Amino acid sequence: MASTYEKIATTTLGSAGTITFSSIPATYTDLRVILNGKNATASDYIVVRFNGDTGTNYSGTNLSGNGTSVSSYTESNGTKGYWGNYALGSSTTILTLWTMDIFSYAGSTYKTVLCSTSNNLGATGEVLRTVGLYRSTNAITTILILNDGSTNFAVGTTATLYGIKAA
Amino acid sequence: MANTYTLISSVTAGSGGAASMEFTSIPATYTDLVVLLSVRSTNSGTDAQLRININGTGVGTNHSIRLIQGDGSSVASSTSTTGWIVGGMNGGTSTANTFTSLQVYFPNYTGSTNKSYSVDSTMERNFATGTYAELSAVLYSNTSVISSLSFTTPSANLAEYSTAYLYGISNA
Repeated sequence: MASTYEKIATTTLGSAGTITFSSIPATYTDLRVILNGKNATASDYIVVRFNGDTGTNYSGTNLSGNGTSVSSYTESNGTKGYWGNYALGSSTTILTLWTMDIFSYAGSTYKTVLCSTSNNLGATGEVLRTVGLYRSTNAITTILILNDGSTNFAVGTTATLYGIKAA
Repeated sequence: MANTYTLISSVTAGSGGAASMEFTSIPATYTDLVVLLSVRSTNSGTDAQLRININGTGVGTNHSIRLIQGDGSSVASSTSTTGWIVGGMNGGTSTANTFTSLQVYFPNYTGSTNKSYSVDSTMERNFATGTYAELSAVLYSNTSVISSLSFTTPSANLAEYSTAYLYGISNA
């Protein structure tokens, strides 16, 4: 049987930093990123940039719940995709699970993403789902995942990029 | 290139249902685990609990859920630290032939950190009320490698045709 879900690249941080996947081949239908990690110093937003693009081409709408209340937020014309919420601070042994599905990433239309953040600290935490849009018709060849406040992901944070084939 | 999304095992409840759906001796050779469930209870109600048992022991108070639930008219968030519930599902008197779908994702199940995992579920049964979509972040405060998983429902069986598929995902 043909392989339809393949690892393209994986990164485990040996020092605090950001995560980049580059030279992504255009041979898949969709992409999926699985990140399991935490923040190096403090809770912060997980944000995304494609192809090094710092233009105002990112938007997103999310739904979140913290165990008590729910909220929804939308952002337009962002210079990066605010598509994930808090990775944990370094004081905890609990890791955040963050996933991002990028649909038709090599197509000639704008790119849609679906992100999931599962962040349960026991006493606090959050569930978050985000739909995002990247307004570019270029194929996505580079993904940069970072923290909004430049706080960096902690050592040991792992992210893997998978390619999914429809054919 | 090697396939990285591999079926480890599957379970289908036979006639009369199954008291549990279990995966044992899960190999530690993958990075993440995914369980896809299509389940229904044989109980006498319209709803039932789906419970999880990890490594053969009750997860007890080390297991907490933080979730969002939407029922078509409102959305709410709640948390539970009372035990081993991973979600709701259709009960035995719910609309016939309707099963609840769940995806359970365990990242880094062989790691030495506490186990955080996610559950996405839908329970749609053409009821005016009591149908919902649910998104959960779950914390199992235990650092052991996950080597077995079991799914049950209290005081009833998982109905005939309920299925559970366990996949391993490797980033090696």
